[in-house]
Amino acid sequence: MKINPCRILALFILYPLYAPGLPGDGLKSVPALPAPAPSGLYGGGLESVPALTEPAPSARITVGSKNFNEGYLLAEVISRSLELEGFSVDRKFGLGGTLVCYEALVNGAIDVYVEYTGTLAQAILKLEGPAPDPGQLDAEVSGLGLQVLPPLGFNNTYALVMRKDLAGQKGITRISDLPGHPELALAFSLEFLNREDGWPGLARTYNLPGKPTGIEHGLAYQAVAEGSVDVIDAYSTDGELSRYALTVLDDDRGFFPQYHAIPFARSDLPDRAREVLIGLSGRIGDNRMQEMNRKTTVDGMSFAQVADGFLHEEGLGDTRTEDRIVHTILGNTVTHLKLTAIALALGCLVGLPLGILVFRVRPVANTTVYVAGLLQTIPSIALLALMIPLFGIGVLPAIVALFLYSLLPILRNTVTALVTIDPVLKRVAEAMGLTRWEQLRHVLLPMALPNVLAGIRTAAVISIGTATLAAFIGAGGLGEPIVTGLALNDTGLILQGAIPAACLAILVELLFELLERLTIKPHMLQGQLPK
Amino acid sequence: MPDHSIEFDRVTKSYGGNAVIHDVSLALTANTTTAIVGESGSGKSTLLQLVNGLVLPDSGNVRIQGRNLDYGQLPRVRRTMGYSVQGAGLFPHLTVRENVTLVARLEGWPAGKIRDRYRGLLALFGLDEELSGRFPYSLSGGQAQRVGLCRAMMLDPPLLLLDEPFSGLDPITRASIYREMLQLEHTGDRSVLLVTHDMDEAARLAGHLVILKQGRVVQQGSPQQIRANPADHYVRRLFLDGNKDEN
Repeated sequence: MKINPCRILALFILYPLYAPGLPGDGLKSVPALPAPAPSGLYGGGLESVPALTEPAPSARITVGSKNFNEGYLLAEVISRSLELEGFSVDRKFGLGGTLVCYEALVNGAIDVYVEYTGTLAQAILKLEGPAPDPGQLDAEVSGLGLQVLPPLGFNNTYALVMRKDLAGQKGITRISDLPGHPELALAFSLEFLNREDGWPGLARTYNLPGKPTGIEHGLAYQAVAEGSVDVIDAYSTDGELSRYALTVLDDDRGFFPQYHAIPFARSDLPDRAREVLIGLSGRIGDNRMQEMNRKTTVDGMSFAQVADGFLHEEGLGDTRTEDRIVHTILGNTVTHLKLTAIALALGCLVGLPLGILVFRVRPVANTTVYVAGLLQTIPSIALLALMIPLFGIGVLPAIVALFLYSLLPILRNTVTALVTIDPVLKRVAEAMGLTRWEQLRHVLLPMALPNVLAGIRTAAVISIGTATLAAFIGAGGLGEPIVTGLALNDTGLILQGAIPAACLAILVELLFELLERLTIKPHMLQGQLPK
Repeated sequence: MPDHSIEFDRVTKSYGGNAVIHDVSLALTANTTTAIVGESGSGKSTLLQLVNGLVLPDSGNVRIQGRNLDYGQLPRVRRTMGYSVQGAGLFPHLTVRENVTLVARLEGWPAGKIRDRYRGLLALFGLDEELSGRFPYSLSGGQAQRVGLCRAMMLDPPLLLLDEPFSGLDPITRASIYREMLQLEHTGDRSVLLVTHDMDEAARLAGHLVILKQGRVVQQGSPQQIRANPADHYVRRLFLDGNKDEN
């Protein structure tokens, strides 16, 4: 895996959201869910006759996905399979993690996405012990109006891998062969070294000796391919496994949890759609998934191309990959602008009058500014996640979150600008016999304008930046190519989002500068006294 | 018309338990210039602001031309009182013309009337019309103060409240503004209430002086009377300090 600065920058920006690794990673804080009502029989649908209420063939189905390569890929496979059956599909891909996907599913913002049994059991259902099989999981979620469909075939779990040739030479096929080869150099990602379901438990189960070294996961594949280390941890469906000719050592004592991929859907999914998804079961094994992942992450094929190839090979149908750039730069920019502009307009609509009100009713002033400040301290992704239970996913929650973020700069600058006007001038305006409204209209607001505009300007630039995160809750915009680009390790795609976003920010700065020039006399701007 | 333009009837005002104005009763004759003289902190500015309702009395009454100040109609009442402060207090975002004519425009005066009045005021204070489009930051101290006085006079108010408007000006500028102020007396019936710490200024401009000390009236009368018989050491010292600026 090449490390490029762009990716690192993007990772840094999106760090709280981007959860590489196991499908269930980073979900330790998923809120507890209501206890599922144990009901429903798994598999009933396999042989079941279509329900009486057959939906119209043109029914719309919204497919979601998590924000990593495999998630996108499987979502595209599902989407295209459904489209082949005449459904029209809304794609809400790249949602920010398990929590977002799950909430979206419960709220009906999406109808189906691909989840993993281990993640579902631990992170969502909080079940103890080894992951139950998909049938048990289906029974667990049926009370929530959800269903677990039969697994797609592969198990994306932790795995120990080594070079094929080295393994053959040493005669190693299973993890239990490792204790006999103390000469092998083991190197694991720091997370794997520290997770109880990683190295510590593994070492106990297999009685593995020695101290492995820590290695950054992104560098591990190259290191093992070059022979500087011999055994590394990996995810069993990583495309890199086939790229670097690595072999997965058999977990013969069944230590690693099971992460079988399953279509996780709403119970009200049309029966015909359900059958389509059941039709995919068992078709994607570990090697198949590795291969498909490699085609996207290594060979640079698009999700659509790989999904088409899969459907064709499986004889499920031929879909045309009209090399459609689904999200053109222009379209994304327009969406981005819409998100930002609406949020900003709302911010002004609420922030300005509130600022004036707060200025007039002094006791409220501090409280209001504190509350707005508190909103600002909520991390963007947390705020976006908080919006999901209230507004689902998509444009609305994104606008609400962006609006809340724009409120503080506008509100605080307005209040500060009004409060800091020379008290003598305020006194004179009052003493001249101006009414309160006239004082505002003719003296206070014009004098506060430079600071108020500066606040709106700050809010605008913040909004443009934060709006890139809105892609994680399916709002689209310039964050979408960034999120997808991260998942695909595709610099070009990341830049398709990052460059227009940067240009937008600059454009907005220039726009506000122009606005300042048009509305504010030069001598009213701080630090400027023209001749 | 009643004899008294402004009356204070047992007015008391305190801030946070500290009385600034103690039980002051005063009756000021209409159409004269009265100066309220005192040191910093004597309460003279507060007394002035009690007249236009910027400060509300804790007890007692303020009467303007025989009627209690109508606190429910302050904007209306204040437009009958010109107000000018030290440093002029011009609005920085408005030009000279906009500053001076603001209230007349809000009053809905016709443009011609505004223009005539504006020109008349500029002439009265010796200001060049060329200044009209300038912003306050580009004016000299004397020009700004004159513009401030023009603004206070725009609606031709029967009462003019001046809060140390001449402090901080150089002696020559001050002397010429004094002359212009004295000319004002010929432009119509008008009561002027001038707050100053400068006894010489008070004696030049006002026919009646009220000496304030720690919120109490210690002496009042014509400048000649007070100069001849200062009530105490405090009053005598005000005369001696004469022309010197504080702050």
